[in-house]
Amino acid sequence: MGWAKSLKKFLYALPAPAFWLGVWQLCAFLVDRRLNGKGNELRLPYPLSVWNALTAMVGTGEFWATVAASLGRIAMGLAVGVALGAALAVLTCFSRWCDRLLSPAVRVVRAAPVASFILLVLLWAGRERTPAVISAMMVTPVVWDNLSRGIQVTDKKLLELARCYRFTKFKTAALIYLPALRPYILTALTTATGLAWKSGVAAEVLCLPEPSLGQRIYYTKYYLDIPELFAWTAVTVALSMVLERLLRACLARWGRGWGT
Amino acid sequence: MIACKDLTVSFGEKAVLDRFSLRIPDRGVTALTGPSGCGKTTLLRVLAGLEQPQGGCVEGISPRETALLFQDDRLLPWRTVEQQLTDVLPRERWGEVPRLLSLVELEGEERAYPRALSGGMGRRLALARCLALEARLYLLDEPFAGVDLSRGLRILERLKALPAPVLLVSHEPAVLACADSVVTLDGPPLVYSFFS
Repeated sequence: MGWAKSLKKFLYALPAPAFWLGVWQLCAFLVDRRLNGKGNELRLPYPLSVWNALTAMVGTGEFWATVAASLGRIAMGLAVGVALGAALAVLTCFSRWCDRLLSPAVRVVRAAPVASFILLVLLWAGRERTPAVISAMMVTPVVWDNLSRGIQVTDKKLLELARCYRFTKFKTAALIYLPALRPYILTALTTATGLAWKSGVAAEVLCLPEPSLGQRIYYTKYYLDIPELFAWTAVTVALSMVLERLLRACLARWGRGWGT
Repeated sequence: MIACKDLTVSFGEKAVLDRFSLRIPDRGVTALTGPSGCGKTTLLRVLAGLEQPQGGCVEGISPRETALLFQDDRLLPWRTVEQQLTDVLPRERWGEVPRLLSLVELEGEERAYPRALSGGMGRRLALARCLALEARLYLLDEPFAGVDLSRGLRILERLKALPAPVLLVSHEPAVLACADSVVTLDGPPLVYSFFS
């Protein structure tokens, strides 16, 4: 029975979030006792306060406009970063000169603090474009790293088969490299999605494009509205998880039946 | 006439083929046999252009005119049985898939992925894929490994009728008995014999 299976799955997934919610409630209670009920909402609000802040936000058109704007920026940054990372991986794996030229630059971008880039890009790209550019910059090295590793460990015997059976370069890429890279693409996308949201929202907090999740988070600090800070953070996490799940679902559909 | 003349191949200090010569008939199945490490697979790889000999040459054929069945199946795990064949066939020859599957007795498995096939079935699929290539010489490295003998012999009879010659490696006495000719490579120093 489908519903019985769904219920079982739901009940199986329930204990962990329920446990952490309980921990949160307990911690908020302890903080509340320590402060004698004065200013608890500034330190650690109760889950119910955050829930109330969230439901109040969700009912407004402004909320959806904010979510759509941030989602658009970060998804754009993610897409550009993935495309750029993939292109760099191909270039550095198949050309020694490109590897020598580009790999150090990508490593520098990976190691440099994101705040430095945000301030630098802000001067060049303006506050509207900076979050997307920063997301792309943070995603590119992750995708490059994963795909490069995948390309390097692609089964040499299958590549020899492709050569021997006179596959064109396009056919070799489509029939051997791409399917072999599937687990690496999955890891890259999962890591990159989280990173795109983290860095993108951080850039929004510093650049304050309008409307944006980062701007809303910044204002919660301004007005010391901590339950709303928690609520916007929850929204950001939820959006990141939804986007990651969507990408995972697409990749699972692509690899159905392979048994790899 | 396809021929190898004085082929010499060594890996480091170890000479695998030492001034080896062989003439391959224009049709029919020639079986190569001999103990492990005597150079059977290396010979096929030289003919397919995957190894460069240090000495000697191959006459009458270029590597691009050969089709090699590797010692391991090398099936693409993400392609179905039918796709494994259409991947190597030009579009205008896709209609030949049923004939190739029937040649190796794999009818009805078109939609299966390699993980659903037994070892013998995977081997026959790899053989069908090799035979799908247009070639002037088929090089088959242990084509019946894991295939039941009676089926292997039936397929061997069909290989004999191919328009291009077949050079196959086998250790199975029944296969050697059914081949049109047998070449024995007998570990260094190399001795080879040729029966017609």
